[in-house]
Amino acid sequence: MDLNYAALLPEILLAVAGILLMLAIPVLPSRQQVRLGYAASLALAAALVTALLQWGDHGPAFFGMVSMDALGGAARILFLVSSAAVALISVSYLKRERLRHGEYFPLLLMATVGMSLMAVSADLIMTFLGLEILSISSYVLAGYRRGDPRSNESALKYFLLGAFSTAFMLYGIALLYGAAGSTKYAGIAEAATQGQAETATFLLGLGLLLVGFGFKAALAPLHVWTPDVYQGAPVPITAHLAVGSKAAVLITLLRLLHQVFPASADQWQTLLWIASAATMIIGNVAALTQTDVKRLLAYSSIAHAGYILLGVIANSPRGAQGVLFYLAAYSLMTLGAFAVVQVFARREERFTKLEDFRGIGYRHPLLSVSLTIFLLSLIGIPPTAGFYGKLFLFSAAVEADLVALVILAVLASAVGLYYYLQLIVLMFMKEAASPPEPVPVPLAARIVILLMAAGTLYLGVYPAQVLSIAGEAAGL
Amino acid sequence: MGMVPATHYLALGAVLFVIGVAGFIVRRNVITMFMSVELMLNAVNLTFLAYARTWNQVDAHIFVFFVMTVAAAEAAVGLALILGLDRHSQTLDIDSADKLQG
Repeated sequence: MDLNYAALLPEILLAVAGILLMLAIPVLPSRQQVRLGYAASLALAAALVTALLQWGDHGPAFFGMVSMDALGGAARILFLVSSAAVALISVSYLKRERLRHGEYFPLLLMATVGMSLMAVSADLIMTFLGLEILSISSYVLAGYRRGDPRSNESALKYFLLGAFSTAFMLYGIALLYGAAGSTKYAGIAEAATQGQAETATFLLGLGLLLVGFGFKAALAPLHVWTPDVYQGAPVPITAHLAVGSKAAVLITLLRLLHQVFPASADQWQTLLWIASAATMIIGNVAALTQTDVKRLLAYSSIAHAGYILLGVIANSPRGAQGVLFYLAAYSLMTLGAFAVVQVFARREERFTKLEDFRGIGYRHPLLSVSLTIFLLSLIGIPPTAGFYGKLFLFSAAVEADLVALVILAVLASAVGLYYYLQLIVLMFMKEAASPPEPVPVPLAARIVILLMAAGTLYLGVYPAQVLSIAGEAAGL
Repeated sequence: MGMVPATHYLALGAVLFVIGVAGFIVRRNVITMFMSVELMLNAVNLTFLAYARTWNQVDAHIFVFFVMTVAAAEAAVGLALILGLDRHSQTLDIDSADKLQG
């Protein structure tokens, strides 16, 4: 056990790049600030290359605070891809909204560092620090449209409830430390097998930890902040919160429950069973009545977290594989959908109502066809990524005897059919209400939309490759 | 001179934490809500230190420094956001933040 800096090379790279970008803000003339966005994208690409090269590395680093394994490696690649997509759609967004490029990209890089650290963490304190680096950067980013009271409200609500939930999580960590005498994953798992798992302190600690994670992952009934925060935040940041941030929390939850708390499986499975059922039902039913597309996608992301929990509750490598594959599929389709919304919203995000999408089908084929692919994938219709995602998750859950929950999930997705299809019908089968208005599609955003659409179709046609990577990460 | 047993500190930590939770839920003033969260974090710090004594380890002392650093960073961001609320709506009442509705 020693320091082994190389293990955290992608994170170190991003952190250094973030600091350098911050130093560059005052010296760059304001017309050239736009370069910061491309520099950040380059840094993310470099970190992605490093992470890919490190795929397959194993072993502890930083005195056991961090541990490299396939799960952490795969998660890290997912987060870097998600953040790179967010950075690319942000450049034109900031320009269009006449927002400062300066602090935005360093904060996005830092948020990525936080997500990445959570993925490779092997100690609850490290997990807490990663989560806080992610959260504090995200609070600022959610309120980045400072002139807009809605953005400020979004950030404030996110901050207050985020800090509140952090305190719960931290109290849980303190109690687990009290029961186990260590905050290391291995130490807690060992103490749990030696009889500590039955003590009140240990169970209370686990419960509080789950409350904290439930808040961050927007699991019902702790999801109430999500629609408001997602609606008020700038669109690229909504994408970041719905994809990267949510995936980081869910993967950490998966690792903790499967690797650290298998001894308490009965307790957390019961708790998550209820949370999963409630999350799927509330997410899908509440989405039915939404009129704003950002809010609609917020409820949809809540519902998808409910499906993902199925794989966590299954408590098997197959379940973990399903979770990882689903997260990859979910990331592609959700990032794509938000990229379309970002472009379509136009200046000051005026066009985010569902009604605004009326009749755009033939007028903006690139946007409408790709959005249709993403929505079909969110429903789970073949040949899209969402279909195989649901298939692998649900079959892993059936293997783990979660038949009732799977039936509930299928019924809940049937409800989801209505509101996703409603948007497709609006786009293609209704007459536009207003005269046509041009929708400029910047190059970077176009690339992101096309890549995400291609990825969604690729995973829907050839799932085998990504599935085997997910399997390796899940320890199959 | 008798030592105060660790359970006393744990009990005090639990009480402070519950006061923080109650304050967060009951109060409508954003600054008071934020102070309640700070109280919860300090209750956690006290709990960490009490356990550090029962386990006779220094690790938990270091965690407390981490928690304090994070709390300071959170305060910096949070107070800026609270200032933003005050500028937009000339009040610190959380119920005035109601522009986002479904």
